Amino acid sequence: MRFGIIVFPGSNCDADCYHVVDKVLEQPVEYIWHKGNSVKGFDALIIPGGFSYGDYLRTGAIARFSPIMQEVMEFADKGGLVIGICNGFQILLESGLLPGAMLRNDSLQFRCGPVNLKVRTDNSAFTRCFTRNEIIKLPIAHGEGNYYCDDATLSDLIEFDQIAFTYCDKDGEENPEANPNGSKANIAGIMNRERNVLGMMPHPERFAEELLGGQDGVRVFASMLQSFKEGCR
Amino acid sequence: MLLGKVFVTLKKSVLDPQGDTVRKSLHTMGYSKVADVRVGKYIEVRLDSSTPEDAWQELNEMCSRLLANPVIEEYRLEISEDDGR
Amino acid sequence: MTTRKPWQEMGLTDQEYDQVLAIMGREPNQVELGMFAVMWSEHCGYKSSRPLLRQFPTEGPQVIQGPGENAGVVDIGDGQALVFKIESHNHPSAIEPYQGAATGVGGIVRDIFTMGARPIAMLNSLRFGTLDEERTRYLFSGVVAGIGDYGNCLGIPTVAGEVYFHPSYRDNPLVNAMCVGLVNTSDIARAVASDVGRPLMLVGARTGRDGIHGATFASEELSEESEARRPAVQVGDPFMEKLLLEACLELIKENLVAGMQDLGAAGLTSSVAESASKGGRGVEIDVLKVPRREAGMTPYEVMLSESQERMLVVPREGAINRIQEIFGKWGLDATIIGHITDDGLFRVMEGERVAGEVPVKALTEMCPVYHRESREPEYIAEVRNYDLSRVPDTGDYNGILQSLLGLHSLASKEWVYRQYDHQVMTNTVLVPGNADAAVLRVKGTSKGVTVTVDCNSRFCYLDPYKGGMMAVCEGARNLACTGARPLAITNCLNFGNPEKPEVYWQMDQAIKGMAEAARVLNTPVVSGNVSLYNETRGGEAVLPTPVIGMVGLLPDVSQRVDMAFKVEGDVLVLLGENRDDIGGSEYLALVHGIETGVLPDIDPAQESRLIDLLLALNEGGWLHSCHDISEGGLAVCLAESCIKGDMGASVDLTGLSGRLDGLLFGEGPSRAVASTNPANLEMVRKLAAEKGVPAAVIGRVGGKRLKLEHADRVLIDQDLYELAATWQGAIRCAMS
Repeated sequence: MRFGIIVFPGSNCDADCYHVVDKVLEQPVEYIWHKGNSVKGFDALIIPGGFSYGDYLRTGAIARFSPIMQEVMEFADKGGLVIGICNGFQILLESGLLPGAMLRNDSLQFRCGPVNLKVRTDNSAFTRCFTRNEIIKLPIAHGEGNYYCDDATLSDLIEFDQIAFTYCDKDGEENPEANPNGSKANIAGIMNRERNVLGMMPHPERFAEELLGGQDGVRVFASMLQSFKEGCR
Repeated sequence: MLLGKVFVTLKKSVLDPQGDTVRKSLHTMGYSKVADVRVGKYIEVRLDSSTPEDAWQELNEMCSRLLANPVIEEYRLEISEDDGR
Repeated sequence: MTTRKPWQEMGLTDQEYDQVLAIMGREPNQVELGMFAVMWSEHCGYKSSRPLLRQFPTEGPQVIQGPGENAGVVDIGDGQALVFKIESHNHPSAIEPYQGAATGVGGIVRDIFTMGARPIAMLNSLRFGTLDEERTRYLFSGVVAGIGDYGNCLGIPTVAGEVYFHPSYRDNPLVNAMCVGLVNTSDIARAVASDVGRPLMLVGARTGRDGIHGATFASEELSEESEARRPAVQVGDPFMEKLLLEACLELIKENLVAGMQDLGAAGLTSSVAESASKGGRGVEIDVLKVPRREAGMTPYEVMLSESQERMLVVPREGAINRIQEIFGKWGLDATIIGHITDDGLFRVMEGERVAGEVPVKALTEMCPVYHRESREPEYIAEVRNYDLSRVPDTGDYNGILQSLLGLHSLASKEWVYRQYDHQVMTNTVLVPGNADAAVLRVKGTSKGVTVTVDCNSRFCYLDPYKGGMMAVCEGARNLACTGARPLAITNCLNFGNPEKPEVYWQMDQAIKGMAEAARVLNTPVVSGNVSLYNETRGGEAVLPTPVIGMVGLLPDVSQRVDMAFKVEGDVLVLLGENRDDIGGSEYLALVHGIETGVLPDIDPAQESRLIDLLLALNEGGWLHSCHDISEGGLAVCLAESCIKGDMGASVDLTGLSGRLDGLLFGEGPSRAVASTNPANLEMVRKLAAEKGVPAAVIGRVGGKRLKLEHADRVLIDQDLYELAATWQGAIRCAMS
C-alpha cells in the first residue's frame, strides 16, 4: 500500500509518519512536496502535524491553498483514503473536506501529554482494528485543538456515525476534566460522511512502538492497511 | 493606493476564552464596569485597485476565501484612500 | 544628567577607546566605533571571563570539537556525534519575557544546525523571583510560553529542564536555553572563512533595525532606563527559522558549504569577523547588497542589526547556484554580500564608498582581557563559622515534608513542561518528570542519549568552589541514574558584576570547583556561555548560578531506568555514603529561615565510584527504578518515586545514624535510591562492594502510604494522595 505524506513549509511530523509507515508498517512511502501537482499512484495520503506556515492567520488557513491540496481534494472526492493528524486535521477543516473549525485551546495554553480516548466507531478504514467504545491512549501536542461546529453539524456527525474519537477519562467517562482543550462534545477526531477522510488531533504516529510509551497509535495505520488489503473501506 | 481595513471577529455563538481572560484581568485591575470583551483581528490590505468598487469586491472575496473562516468568524470592511502612513 | 561621550554611550570605557585609537591610528567613524563596541562588549568579547575559563579541562578521546566553535561536539560511536551548547538570554527576558525567551531558543538552535547537526532535543534552566509577586508570575508565564511557542513551532522536543524560584532573581530572571543535535562526523561544518576570493552569502530573513546594540545591553546592569530601551529586544519568527533549518541541512547533505556561521549577538559584524579571524583572512561586505525589510538603513544599522533567523554561508566552489535553488525552494533569500580577501581587514562598503575599515583581529583577538581583582566576600566568614548543630530538630517531619513538596522550586513542574511538545521527532523514551534526565533513542541504532541541566545556586552562593563541584557531580549522577555514561559538559555561567571583587571571586571559585570535578569525572567542557551583570535593581548580585548541561550515552536504550517505583515487594537500597548534613538545604532555608552554614562535603572521586556502580547495575538490568537524592533530601526523593509509580513504601532508617531531620531532608551529595527485585539484592551488594560504594537496604516498595521509621519511632506517615496533591498542585495553584 503506497502512502504519500504531504509536506508543507513548517510541517514537523512528516518524518515521524514516514518512520512509522516505513519501519513499523513496512509499506512503501514517499514525501510529496506541497508545490507538487500530482498524487497519482498513492493509495493513501497523510497530512502530518506541525506548524504549516507558522500557523499564521489561522492554523491551516494558508496551507489549504497550496497547489497540492487541489490534488488531495480530488483524490478524496474519488474515495481515496486521507488522514489528517493535528495540523493535518486543521488543514482538512479549512479546506472543507471535513466540517467544522478549530479554535484555540480553552486554557489558552499549548498542551502536550498522553490522553485517554474512546473509539466511537469501528466502522471505518481508520478504526477497524479497534472495537467500538474501546478506551485507548494517545499523546496530544497542540495549542489549537478546540474543535467547534454548530449544533446542526453536530447532529449530523452523530447521526451518521462520523465521530471517530472522543476524549474521556481512564474509565471511559467523558467530562470536562478529561477534555484537554474544550472541544465540542469532547471530539478528538471525526471523518467525512463517505468515511474516507479522517481528521484527528492526537498523534497516532507517536504511539507506534512500545519503547515510546504505547502502541495504540499504530492500529490506526494498521486499520488503513487492512482495509486496503481487503479492498474495502 | 487604497487601504482596506478588515475587522475579523468571532461569531456570537463561539466561545471566546481569550476575551474572557482579558475581561477578568480588567476586572482585577479595577475596571468593574467592563461587561464583556471579545478579541478579534484587524488586518490592513493595501490595494493598487482602480476603483473603490473593484477593491470592495476583491476584498470581500479575500475575506470569504482566506482572511476569515466563515464557520467561526464574521468580518466587516472599510475602504479609504491610503494616506501613506 | 551627565553627558556621555559617544563611545561611552556604546559601552566602551575611556581606556578601551584609547586602545581603539592606538589600533586605528586615527579616530574611528560611527560604523567602526559601533563594531568595536559590540565586539569588545562583555557579552561578545568575554573580557572578564576568558582568563578564568582557561581553567576548564576541554579535551578527551570523546571530544571532536571543544570550545571556540558555535557548539561543542562529542563522539558517540557509529560515525555519529552530538553537537550541543547552552546559552543565556537573561536581560531581554527581564524586559520582554515572551520574545526574550523565544529568541533565546532561536539563537541556540541556530548554533547547533550551523554546524550541520539536526537538533534533536532542547532543555532550559530558569530562575525567577517568588511566585507570590504578580510580576514574577508575568515573567514566568511569558518565558515558558515564549520557549514553548518557538520550540514547538520548530518541531524540536523540549525534554528536560529545571526551574527555581528565589528572591535573588526578582529583578533579573535567568533564562538559559540548551540545544542538542545529532550529526554524522563526516558532515560537521565549521565557522571558518579561509579561501581568498570565495563569496560570502547572507541567507534567511531580511535585515531590519531589531536589537541594535543588544550585545551591549546584555553587558550592563538593568535599570529603570532599561525598560525604555525596549527597542533593543528582538522579535523571533520560528516559522522562518524552521525554513532556514531545513534549507541549511539540505546544504550540508549535498556538501555545498565550506563554512557556515549563524548571526547572533552583534549580528553581521560578529559573524563575519569571527569567521574571517579563524581563517586568518580579511573580508569585504557591501551593505547595499544586504536584503532589508526597512527603508533607509545606514551602514551602521545594517552591520549591527540583530534581526533573527539569518546565517552566513561560505559556499564551496561551484555551489552558489544550487544553494540559491535550495533556498528558493524554501522561500528564503540567499544573497552574495561580499567576499574573502587576503588583507586582514574588515572592510564595510556602501556601494563604491568605504563606510568603515577595521583590522579583523582587532575585533577578535585584540579584544582586551581583564584580570580583575578577586576578594572573598565578607559573608563567607559567617558561612564558615555558623554552628549548624545549634539548629533545633523540631520533629514535625510530616509537616516539613508537606512544606517541601509544596515549595515551588521542588514541586512538580508539569505546569511548565506540558506547554512544551516533548515527543515530536518520536525519539523521546523518557519524557519530562519521569527520571532525573531525559532519554532519547538514536534511530537506526540501539543507542540512547541522555541529557540534563543542573545547578544548585544556593550551594554556589554558600561555597562557590563546592557548589561548582556539586553541579557537575549532580549532572553526572542524574545521567547515571538513567543508565547513561556522562560524556561532556556545556555550561552557562550566570553571575553578577565582575568588576566587583566579591563577584569575581565567586566566578573564579565556581570555575575551579567545576574544573576539578570535570577532570575527575572525565566530562570535559566543550562549549558554553557567560552572562554577567545579573543583579537586582538595588545592585546586589544574583546567587551565583553556573548551570551545567550534560550529555551521556546509553549503549542500549531499552535498558534505561526511570524513578518510579514499580513492583510491590521490591527492595529499596540507599546507594552511597549515608549523610545527615543539613547545610545548604532547602529544609534549612524554608523551615528555619537560614541561608548560611557550611555545605556537606563533596568528593568527586566518591561520586565517580557511585556513577560506575550505577552503570554496572544498569548494564546487568538489576534495577527497577533509580532516583538521586538532591533538593529536599531522602524524604522528597522517596516521595517523588512513590508519586510517579503510584505506589507507597515502608522505610526503616534504624541502621543509619545522625540527626533525624538531616537523615530525612539533608542534601549531602553522591547518593541515590534504587528499587530492585529482592532476588537481585545479592548481586547489588556484590557490585556495590566491588565499586567501593556503601549500599544499605532501607525498606520495601508497597501499599499506598509512604512511611519512614527510625528505632520504632514513626517519622513520616502519609497517604500517597496527600503527597501527590501537594506536589502536583503547588505551581498550578499559584498560576491559576
